[in-house]
Amino acid sequence: MSDELLVATRKGLFSVKPGRASAWELESAGFLGSNVSLVLRDPRDQSRYAALNHGHFGVKLHRSDDAGSSWQEVATPAFPQGEPASVRTPAGETIAPVVSLIWALEAGGADQPGRIWCGTIPGGLFKSDNRGESWELVRALWDHPGRLEWFGGGADLPGIHSILVDPRDSRKLTVGVSCGGVWISPDGGASWACRANGMRAAYMPPERAMDPGIQDPHRVVQCRAQPETLWAQHHNGIFRTDNGGESWREITEVQPSAFGFAVAVHPREPDTAWFVPGVSDEHRLPPDGRVIVTRTRDGGRSFQLLDRGLPSRHAYDLTFRHALDLDPSGERLAFGTTTGSLWISTDQGDSWETVSEHLPPVYAVRWC
Amino acid sequence: MKAAVHLSFSSALQRHVPCPPLAVEAATVREALEGAFAREPRLRGYLLDDQGALRKHMAVFVNGAAIRDRRGLADPVEAGSEIAVIQALSGG
Repeated sequence: MSDELLVATRKGLFSVKPGRASAWELESAGFLGSNVSLVLRDPRDQSRYAALNHGHFGVKLHRSDDAGSSWQEVATPAFPQGEPASVRTPAGETIAPVVSLIWALEAGGADQPGRIWCGTIPGGLFKSDNRGESWELVRALWDHPGRLEWFGGGADLPGIHSILVDPRDSRKLTVGVSCGGVWISPDGGASWACRANGMRAAYMPPERAMDPGIQDPHRVVQCRAQPETLWAQHHNGIFRTDNGGESWREITEVQPSAFGFAVAVHPREPDTAWFVPGVSDEHRLPPDGRVIVTRTRDGGRSFQLLDRGLPSRHAYDLTFRHALDLDPSGERLAFGTTTGSLWISTDQGDSWETVSEHLPPVYAVRWC
Repeated sequence: MKAAVHLSFSSALQRHVPCPPLAVEAATVREALEGAFAREPRLRGYLLDDQGALRKHMAVFVNGAAIRDRRGLADPVEAGSEIAVIQALSGG
């Protein structure tokens, strides 16, 4: 069971641990005042990575080798200088790529010490084999003709927000793209194919609605014990595959809403997943001002509404895609919101404890 | 023709990377910045983007005038030029 939660926020990194005075105690864990867009704790060597977005000064990456006591800046993934213009803006211009956000950070497989994967806006996938000291653009995905079809969702430019390394075979990679579907590589990134058949985009003209390459999976997660099962919280629905992305099935009649950003799947039970629903893409609010987490234990046939301990009225919290996390035991859940609330459950979501209602906007939570 | 110029940096930048004022020999803004990067390599990524252009929300002034070539940084400098690297005001 994880005993520490890392929380990346608009104004710094925080750490939450079991407390003496209260169940959970919060403390600053560095970068106070800086925008921390993502955090990773590498389970292989316990190092920590914090992605910063300094705005004026660009994005940066820092690593800690001593459980967060000290941090050092490491290399930031960057597109090669001189890279041709190939990123389309909403205004119709085509521009040369510049990393504007680190949107995914994951450790490589147990057999790949030092390997870290990073996804960015615009949609670059980068690989480091030396714990972030240097980075290499994964050219096969960037140069794939299908990549040119990607477009921005909430952000102006498309990006990679989910990177899944198959626990049985670390050469098998899955990435989620907003907007650009789900892409799979069987060979460590040397070749790629879009695997989003069955996803439906309600925001597209009808003749393009089922086009795999324009889907907007907000977040994609993988069951560790059964890696063929992936869940996606998509822009207009919840989708699931049991064959590694070959075909996706839409979960229909989702209550109270099929809209949201975050999803977590149980590490050993592929039919058990959690979501933080919001009201439609036009509003992006909790349904009826109630913060709710939903859980399915039967693969999406039914959902339980979990709200014990969560605010039931006048709550306008939105949970972003990286701001829900389940610990490796499958027991502890945490989620944070754009209005600075943070809740933890130690019983798979049946009840929730408020850790804070006054944090900066929460971008990501990660159990150690 | 290279000449001695002075460079100074926004105080907000000092929080992230050391960059005291310095004198370098340069004929263009890019040469002047390269002189600063030679002393503090990390500074490059804070001022320039992946493609070597001045970051969108940064500004460089030479003797009080904003540079014109934000991408190539080819604006000329001369002996005694004061180059100020500052941030545009934005954010919350």
